[in-house]
Amino acid sequence: MTDKIDIKLENSGLTEEEKKLFSDARPQTYEPYSEKVEKFANWARANSLWILGFGTGCCSIELRPLMSARFDASRFGIAGRPTPRQSSVFVIGGYVSVKTLKRIVRSYEQMMGPKFVIALGSCPANGGMYFDSYNTVNQLDLYLPVDMYVTGCMPRPEALLASIIDLQDDIKAGNCDSANEYVKNFDWYKANQKKVIKNWNMPDYNW
Amino acid sequence: MMLESAGDWLTKIGQFGLSLVIVTAYGLFMMAIIYRTIAKVQGRIGIPLYQPFINVIQTFTKRNAISHGVMFYLGPVFRIAGGIGTLAFIPVIFGSDTFSNFSMAGDLFLVIYFMFFGQLGMALGAGESGHPYSAIGIARGLSQMTAYEVPFALAVISIVIQYDTLSITEIVAAQQGGWQNWTLFTNWVAVLAAMLAFLGMTGYSPFDVFLAPQEIPIGPPTEFHSSYLSFMQLNRAMFGATKLVLFMNLFFGGATSLPELMIKTWAIYMVAIIVGVSFPRFRIDQSIKFFFKIPLLIGILSVVYAQMVFMS
Repeated sequence: MTDKIDIKLENSGLTEEEKKLFSDARPQTYEPYSEKVEKFANWARANSLWILGFGTGCCSIELRPLMSARFDASRFGIAGRPTPRQSSVFVIGGYVSVKTLKRIVRSYEQMMGPKFVIALGSCPANGGMYFDSYNTVNQLDLYLPVDMYVTGCMPRPEALLASIIDLQDDIKAGNCDSANEYVKNFDWYKANQKKVIKNWNMPDYNW
Repeated sequence: MMLESAGDWLTKIGQFGLSLVIVTAYGLFMMAIIYRTIAKVQGRIGIPLYQPFINVIQTFTKRNAISHGVMFYLGPVFRIAGGIGTLAFIPVIFGSDTFSNFSMAGDLFLVIYFMFFGQLGMALGAGESGHPYSAIGIARGLSQMTAYEVPFALAVISIVIQYDTLSITEIVAAQQGGWQNWTLFTNWVAVLAAMLAFLGMTGYSPFDVFLAPQEIPIGPPTEFHSSYLSFMQLNRAMFGATKLVLFMNLFFGGATSLPELMIKTWAIYMVAIIVGVSFPRFRIDQSIKFFFKIPLLIGILSVVYAQMVFMS
């Protein structure tokens, strides 16, 4: 990876004028802190998961009860964040249409690492009931690294809560390093994304 | 305490560092208490008491951060400088050498200036981030601040007339000797104006449109992340607690011990919370009109009252 840092992104989807406005730097991997600090940091990250409040599909209706009195996710340190810059968990709420995928990629790349993705419902896993639709993608992990799948149509909030607790255990164990995975396989992910997103009019990496 | 030698200064700075840590920790702790109180009202359990501390660690240990320019870096720095500056000139506990900070004659002026300074720095920083919601949030926040500063300034003028001093320590000293000496009971008109301004200052409903969690995601800090955000979280806790300490000193008799400080500041904060959970949000034009009507009138009255009662 390190030898590719000097290579600039082409940003071929942009016009010459737009190219001046966007960064053409490649993303890079970030090394973890020393072992003890990383363990402490992981504990803090696991107990303070901020969810990006971007409802990408119909399953995201299940996110709202999570904050209500019945489920009260704030007990586990979960909070909604309205901006990708401050969030650490991206919940993909159901089917991923090509149009939404563009926005998902954009939001995901704007998040600060370490970042995690939970794919909610059957659709991001295998297409679900939209498996032969012309405008949805069937398998999300071709386009983004996914940390946790919650299947069901739709999964109940309990299932989502259970998956978040599983994710917390994973983070505490130090297993969730998917942001670096995305950077290591950046070219592969980007090629897959560009294969389905035809009108690519944004920079290659959304800083 | 007279500061004569370098050793004295070092001790003083060390003591200020201690009160800085205590006030920040107390501010974070109080945020959790408030969130838990609101959760109880809504029939939830709410966050653990140590959650605000974890949140700060979480944002601070993010692995990467991006910048939008020099002012983007300086925004949180100005903000926290404003917070520290405000605390530096407020005596936290009356009669205690350790917690008197750099209180001196005329510190009231400095404090009011520093309270404004942080907001302006933040406005410059958030402005550079280029996010439209930041710009909307700043425009709303600064206009609301201009509106609530007027009744607050009038209330402060009123108590300056009353106690004939600009030193916070002397104002606290004048209120010692029982609850009947508190400004709350000797000059309640000024306290009323100041507490209405306080509602705007804390930024809870009905005056939270500049943050507007639903409409313009979170206003000015939209683009701030990672360690920038952790500085702003720390400042939010510290600045919030500092404002409470200032109000306690000016209007509620100050505190002679840490438990007294905790009870009094908590009670003052609860005023904002009770109003916040009871009333819906004002639009920005409504909130400005509100401050320029009744609180402004009460503020002017308080100055007239102080002039008539205490100067005659």
